[in-house]
Amino acid sequence: MIEATGIKEIIKPENLVYRKTKIMTDNILSYCPGCGHGTTHRILAEVIDEEDLQSQTIGVSPVGCSVLLYNYIDVDIQEAAHGRAPAVATAIKRLLPDKFVFTYQGDGDLAAIGTAETIHACNRGENILIIFINNGIYGMTGGQMAPTTLPGMKSSTSPYGRDVKTMGYPLKMTDIVATLPGTYYVTRQSVNTPANVKKTKKAIRKAVQYQKLDKGTCFIEIVSNCPSGWKMTPVQSNKWMEENMFPYYPLGDLKIPEK
Amino acid sequence: MAKIRGSIVVNIEKCKGCELCMVSCPTGTIAMAKEVNGKGYNYAYPANPELCIGCANCAMVCPDGVITVYKTKI
Repeated sequence: MIEATGIKEIIKPENLVYRKTKIMTDNILSYCPGCGHGTTHRILAEVIDEEDLQSQTIGVSPVGCSVLLYNYIDVDIQEAAHGRAPAVATAIKRLLPDKFVFTYQGDGDLAAIGTAETIHACNRGENILIIFINNGIYGMTGGQMAPTTLPGMKSSTSPYGRDVKTMGYPLKMTDIVATLPGTYYVTRQSVNTPANVKKTKKAIRKAVQYQKLDKGTCFIEIVSNCPSGWKMTPVQSNKWMEENMFPYYPLGDLKIPEK
Repeated sequence: MAKIRGSIVVNIEKCKGCELCMVSCPTGTIAMAKEVNGKGYNYAYPANPELCIGCANCAMVCPDGVITVYKTKI
């Protein structure tokens, strides 16, 4: 009983450490339990809130699980055709250069159908932020093989594992765009642990600052899990990601601005 | 020495029972309830509230943003 009164005393507005930001709407996220999309949405919304950019932000979300972004983040969102988000974002940023423009794309979108748009937008050095969620699979449509699927990884269209002889090697999009002169800040992060979530948030905040300074394309890859597509529990999928995804997609900055 | 005490409030109806908060909690405060919420998920709840230190690790990894964290010195 004494313990219970103690807890009531702790739960007061002045003791608040953390709460969901107001930019996230109260809609229940339609993502599967444990999906990295929810965490990424939340930290993106937090950065928009902390930088006071709610009325200045235009997001572009193409096809994939990311298409539902408009439901959860209370900023202006433009839907784009599959893979064409960087092209749409280019137009928005050129017409409205004062706005903060970001695209939010999955690996099936950015690395498969949208490869050309992504590479050329980065090569032109468009002043946009590209957030790339890499979970190595087409999550929304039922776990088909994506260009980023690891060798030997099972998916519904590679039931015996990805055979690199017939299906090719996983595409490291982030490494490719890091070699382009148009990109200014390229990094690969994850959202599996509290420390990684904080690092990712810091990376997004940096990208927002660089966009304000008109520096060029910022590209943030977020290696994420897909518990439903990988047919694992959320905790297992995070462990599997650490053991298998991180060696192939090592976390860290690939291109940082020269001082 | 002042002792740091924390407390969490879980939005039970929005919780999807993914257990990521339970794994990230350094003190073992959080456990999954035997009961289910309206969507049929075993929601997270502070099973050992006296152990909470208000580090907000659980809130950081929660994909659905259902956890609110409070912290104070006693």
